[in-house]
Amino acid sequence: MSTRQFGEAIERNADPALLRGEGSFIDDIDLPGAFHAAFARSSVARAKIRSVDVSAAEALDGVLKVYTCDNIGALDAPLPLLIPAPDLTHPRTQRPLARDDVFYVGQCIAMVVAVDRYVAEDAVRLIDIDYVPLPVEMDLEKAVEDDAPRIHADVPNNVAGRFCVETGDTDAAFAEAEHITRIKIRLERSTAAPLECRAIAARWEAVTGELTVWDGTQATLSVRGGLASLFRIDEDKVRVIAPNVGGGFGQKIMMFHPDEVLVPLASMELGRPVKYIEDRVENFIGASQERTQIHTLEIAAMKDGRVIGLKDDFLHDTGAFIPYGIAVAHVSSTSIAGPYRIPNFRVTFRPVYLPMVQVTPYRGCGRPHACYAIERAMDQLASELDLDRFEVRRRNFIGKDEFPYPREGLIFADGLQVIYDSGAYEETLNRLSEAIDVEGFRAEQAAARDQGRYLGLGFGFYVEGTGLGPYEGGYIKIHPITGKVYVNTGLTDQGQGHETVFAQIAAEQTGARVEDVIVVEGDTGAFEWGVATFASRAAVCSGNAIHKAAVKARAQIVEAAANMMECSKEDIDLRDGAAWVKGTDRRAALAEIATATNPLRYAFNEPSKSATQFAPASRHDGPQLAEGRTPGVEATDYYSPPHATWAFGAHAAVIEVDPELCTIVVKRYLCIHDCGRMINPTIVDGQVMGGIAQGVGGAFYERCEFDEEGIPLNANFMDFLMPYATEVPDAEIMHSETPSPLNPLGVKGVGEAGTIPVAQVYASAVEDALQPFGIAPIREAPLTPDAIHRMLKQASAA
Amino acid sequence: MKPALFSYSAPQSVEEALEVLASDEMARPLAGGQSLIPTMNFRIAAPSALVDLRRIGALNGRAVEGDVIRVGAMTRQRDLERDGAVQRANPLIAEVLGNVAHIVIRNRGTVGGSIAHADAAAELPCMLLATGGSVVARRAGGERTIAADDLFLFHMTTSLEAGELLTEVRIPALPPRTGYAFQEVARRHGDYALAGVCALVTLKDGVCSSVRLAACGIASKPTRLAESEAALLGAPPEGEALGRASDAARDYATAADDRQASADYRRDLVSALVRRTVTKAADRARERA
Ligand SMILES: Cc1cc2nc3c(=O)[nH]c(=O)nc-3n(C[C@H](O)[C@H](O)[C@H](O)COP(=O)(O)OP(=O)(O)OC[C@H]3O[C@@H](n4cnc5c(N)ncnc54)[C@H](O)[C@@H]3O)c2cc1C
Repeated sequence: MSTRQFGEAIERNADPALLRGEGSFIDDIDLPGAFHAAFARSSVARAKIRSVDVSAAEALDGVLKVYTCDNIGALDAPLPLLIPAPDLTHPRTQRPLARDDVFYVGQCIAMVVAVDRYVAEDAVRLIDIDYVPLPVEMDLEKAVEDDAPRIHADVPNNVAGRFCVETGDTDAAFAEAEHITRIKIRLERSTAAPLECRAIAARWEAVTGELTVWDGTQATLSVRGGLASLFRIDEDKVRVIAPNVGGGFGQKIMMFHPDEVLVPLASMELGRPVKYIEDRVENFIGASQERTQIHTLEIAAMKDGRVIGLKDDFLHDTGAFIPYGIAVAHVSSTSIAGPYRIPNFRVTFRPVYLPMVQVTPYRGCGRPHACYAIERAMDQLASELDLDRFEVRRRNFIGKDEFPYPREGLIFADGLQVIYDSGAYEETLNRLSEAIDVEGFRAEQAAARDQGRYLGLGFGFYVEGTGLGPYEGGYIKIHPITGKVYVNTGLTDQGQGHETVFAQIAAEQTGARVEDVIVVEGDTGAFEWGVATFASRAAVCSGNAIHKAAVKARAQIVEAAANMMECSKEDIDLRDGAAWVKGTDRRAALAEIATATNPLRYAFNEPSKSATQFAPASRHDGPQLAEGRTPGVEATDYYSPPHATWAFGAHAAVIEVDPELCTIVVKRYLCIHDCGRMINPTIVDGQVMGGIAQGVGGAFYERCEFDEEGIPLNANFMDFLMPYATEVPDAEIMHSETPSPLNPLGVKGVGEAGTIPVAQVYASAVEDALQPFGIAPIREAPLTPDAIHRMLKQASAA
Repeated sequence: MKPALFSYSAPQSVEEALEVLASDEMARPLAGGQSLIPTMNFRIAAPSALVDLRRIGALNGRAVEGDVIRVGAMTRQRDLERDGAVQRANPLIAEVLGNVAHIVIRNRGTVGGSIAHADAAAELPCMLLATGGSVVARRAGGERTIAADDLFLFHMTTSLEAGELLTEVRIPALPPRTGYAFQEVARRHGDYALAGVCALVTLKDGVCSSVRLAACGIASKPTRLAESEAALLGAPPEGEALGRASDAARDYATAADDRQASADYRRDLVSALVRRTVTKAADRARERA
């Protein structure tokens, strides 16, 4: 009987070291003799640069070099457009250091390299930049008007491209509809704010011609490819390592932030390691942000609540540049129908340039926007048709037996068709409403109102296309002396727990103990092929690749063990780090098997004797390594998904609103999440809970604010209100498991899920609580006490 | 976010500290550093020298003497909050401190530092004003006592002069038959108040024989709500008088619209908080009677 590893709530391998402060983040890596970089950044949003005078900075004691666009050689060019698309007619990307123009506050203009960061910052303050400010339009809707000032002179209406996606026959559906619901919603700009800001260190070794870069990136392999091509170095001479990384949430999938090319350049030129540790203010003004969209949504319904068509037109703030293409807006457009059949819909959208730091994916990547839009609209529809909010959804859910459910003509962010592979939507909503006890709640709500207390019930349903391709790989090897299992993949970990779940997958097949599986990733020196960590894809892509490799390794182990113990393969059982002959206590440890399968000339320990040429066990008639075999136990495989696999779930909350103070208290928060088969429920809980926390930020607290001139107003942790643990409700997390039919493990992604519906849950709960006051429907996230105050005032004036 | 160059000393006595401060106009005392260090890292402040007060034993400690609680300026906020004798002498103090930042910050932040910093939204200055406390200030060759009413001039501005050190904070014990309450609204637990109100109500024969109300977060400095106090004096702490007190509080909210709260919202907040804190203080006064 084999011990199960897959599916167990095993504690995370990485935590003890991290909790003891023994992690190794980039700033912990000691690079003797390293210099330090700091940036002079634009203090105006849009301007012509008349002059940049760096002479005083250069003259400061301890400054090695000051870089501007004039002395970075071939790097003085727009950085890559990572995801080109045909309708992206006006793509613009930034230069590492501004030339002639600046486009947002925070844009890098010069880089100082000095003996330490203190001196570097002193020198930055000595750089004199003369600007000729240009007019800006910060309002997303006004920025597309014909007379709005242009961010890029050659981009009319500030529109990067006009996009349209459609499935079915939308116009026919609207012609047939008995009822049309129209709403307009708006989400605000936010930022991932990872606890560890971005960081990079580079060491050029002239003797070997090798460039080593430590980069807190989510995409080591892609960064390596980019650096090799920008600097014209052989790829195998560039090694990119992401050590411990303190959170990424998408901000670190964006490449290249200017420092990622300039720090290596400085190391190559100055012949010393160079470090750049981004500080919090820089992270607020110089690292990617996300979330602003304005949707105008119409849904075409029948009187019974069935939605037969949908039209959505939205504006997407992409910031001053669009290096990551339209990924965020594209995901919004293709996710707009959520869990509902809605067979006919058309989404048109425009990414719009605004003079702020670029927008690239942030946990959820377009899905929170789509979820807020469709779920607010479903609530509105329910109220207009006088139907129960749960019932409206039940009448529209894709049924359990309707999967796979394709949306013809809709291409997802992976370039493949949207096909929902599996789900149990109605069952999940029913479970949620039972867990809430909706009837009981209504009674409690009525009783509370009699005492002047206002409780509201809110909920939202979401789907998430996860596990996007193109592919990932997995390598597995058993160490011949220790018997430990080594696993490599091309991903990076920012705290999600890859090392634990990948170990479970490898252990399940090889019989190793989970703690004996050593997972190494985030190092291009460890595994050469793959893409990156994003789009809730690690478990799906790398997980299945590792599984496939482990299945191969298992076959090798079983065959070798059967040979060694002279039994049939069917009699072999793998567990506790050994192969056992079933029903006996005869065993061969994984180390012995790995040794025995590697034909040896020299013995170095007791087990290795049996693998040497004259040992009876390894006598061969032909080649000692048979044709087609690899030495030892070792396997590699890859997994490439046929298309995204669709996770889903529902959240609900009971929120009490104090109508006098306009404050809220979350009394209960419930979540049911389905990510297919769970590899490790503890890790799923952690991912979901972390997602909820960031969702709470977007629902009630966080917003990057700018004044009319484009100056950031709250670029620090005092004023940007990231929720504390005290603001995040203690969620009751329930699991549901609908396996994915698409991959051998049956898994779906879970990394982003928790974030998606939270703004809808808060909005609908507060709306429900304040219903007796007749407030207008809530259409903006984040909601704030000030906004609640305003709505109550407006309602009482009306 | 690295501070500009500065020199640092950690003298053992008030006299030594005063000497350094007198010799360098750009020198600043360093207490818990919870407000000063961030402003230096943002390079909003760039003092030439920091005079760290943490080694000066005379500034640390607290004592209840009769009806006054004497608190050394360097007393950590958390120590004051947890002091049993202080709690017995004036339970309002712990209630207020529970709203100041978070435990880890109160572990380092000092009572004197918070009051000298004088943020208009800070809770301790508001409490000092409500209780009618005072501070002791020392300079080379002199010492004076400044009543709370005369101390707070503007947001982050006090009547302490350059080179003067705040050495002690004096908080009156809770008078007999008096109830207390502090309540605030902040965006997150531990944030500065959007509005906060501190109330002390003394009851005699069911009517208010003394009322002291102060608010933070609503104006350019912590503010006594004199009109609200007057509305309650001699009246029962409820009904029509309480309504008038609550209405009168609105006009003290003079802060302009800001990113977290409109002026209108703040007016409503302070009004609601007056009603709630007075009611709670009155209940407690009855319990103590
Ligand atoms: C995340 C966070 C949240 C916070 N939230 C709140 C909150 O909700 N409410 C609140 O009130 N505070 C809050 N604070 C501030 C905190 O209470 C500080 O401790 C306090 O404002 C300053 O005390 P300190 O001892 O740290 O002083 P420091 O930061 O060392 O000094 C503050 C200022 O006072 C001067 N100073 C200090 N001691 C003396 C003295 N004895 N004589 C003369 N001048 C002196 C210093 O020179 C400096 O200008 C928060 C701080 C943080 C970091």
